[in-house]
Amino acid sequence: MKPAATTPIFRIALYEGAGSQPLSRVERAELLQTLLDRGYAVTCIRPGGPVNAAVEGRLLVLGKFDEQKPREAEDDGGKVQLHFRPIHGLDVPAMAQLVEQVREEWNAPKPGGWKPWFPVIDYGRCTNCMQCLSFCLFDVYGVNGEGKIKVQKAGNCKTDCPACSRVCPEVAILFPKYKAGPINGDEVRAEDMQREKMKVDISALLGGDIYAALRQRSTDAKARFSKERDEKRAIEERKKCLAKLQEALDIPPEVMNALPSADLIRSKTAAAMAQKPG
Amino acid sequence: MNWVGSMSNPLRILYCNCTYAQVVPPEVKQAVLRKLAESGVAFDAVADLCEMSAKRDPSLKQLASGSLKIAACYPRAVRGLFIAADAPLPAEGVEICNMRTESAEQVVGSLLSQENEVSS
Repeated sequence: MKPAATTPIFRIALYEGAGSQPLSRVERAELLQTLLDRGYAVTCIRPGGPVNAAVEGRLLVLGKFDEQKPREAEDDGGKVQLHFRPIHGLDVPAMAQLVEQVREEWNAPKPGGWKPWFPVIDYGRCTNCMQCLSFCLFDVYGVNGEGKIKVQKAGNCKTDCPACSRVCPEVAILFPKYKAGPINGDEVRAEDMQREKMKVDISALLGGDIYAALRQRSTDAKARFSKERDEKRAIEERKKCLAKLQEALDIPPEVMNALPSADLIRSKTAAAMAQKPG
Repeated sequence: MNWVGSMSNPLRILYCNCTYAQVVPPEVKQAVLRKLAESGVAFDAVADLCEMSAKRDPSLKQLASGSLKIAACYPRAVRGLFIAADAPLPAEGVEICNMRTESAEQVVGSLLSQENEVSS
């Protein structure tokens, strides 16, 4: 499930503060791991320990409470709905099952279903050159009111495709779940800059601007086709060009297969350049 | 109930399970979580900071509002994720432990150290 602004916030608090009995160490660790692996956020509340405050949404409070709690309550500001559920006598699978039951009662979406894969801009390095905006064919990038590049549609990003970070001349685009540095957020070293430049030079390899090169290849292929009537050869040429691009930028094959038409690419590039300030 | 609503505190701990990818060594993140759970400290555990950032989860702003120790991945990535959610981490008072490169012992040692003075 891709990110949605309207997704209600559903959190879990494991309450072991005053008025409740603590879980055993093993039980606590196992419950946390189980719930996190299922995609839930859990706040462990211990006597006197600071945690992040719940600010809105629904909070399911699990605990071995000494006294009976109301099933439902509100915080003082009325923004957080509290739901207390005792977990005395339950083993960890039963506790996890209880969480699932409550989530279903609330019609809250099941967590997960989407690998959170999207670019993160390191504004300390970004020079607002708009290469990424021009390059991305899936409208992931946009500009804010001040003409500054931003990620506007993270959910549009193609899972496991780091291609835009490859064309960033400043190594300013991260994918935190990428396998290797510096794209994964590792520090950028001088040799990384050199390597990234080499990758950016794919554009030089293709004759300057990547899309211009693709268009040129396409034009050349068409010209050849019209001269030679060799459609097969033209298609092979295009495939060869795209394969080179795919390998150099580490683009998954499914993304290459989803590329829009040349006309759409042209219009997107023109629109992106029109957005650039100055 | 002081853990609901606004609350200021000196130092909190945030653990990211990086649930939706296999880039953090599982033995490290599992050991960190287990040791945190066994330590008796209060802490926040989230399934995936990337997902929270993509959803612009409002709790990130709460987290970014004070001193914080984070067990997650590369500091540059973590700071970027908070910025992407319009919840930039303060330059001072935040320590980010990288479970992709550090051992569980190193991470837990940093998280549970008594020093309230933390730096990035």
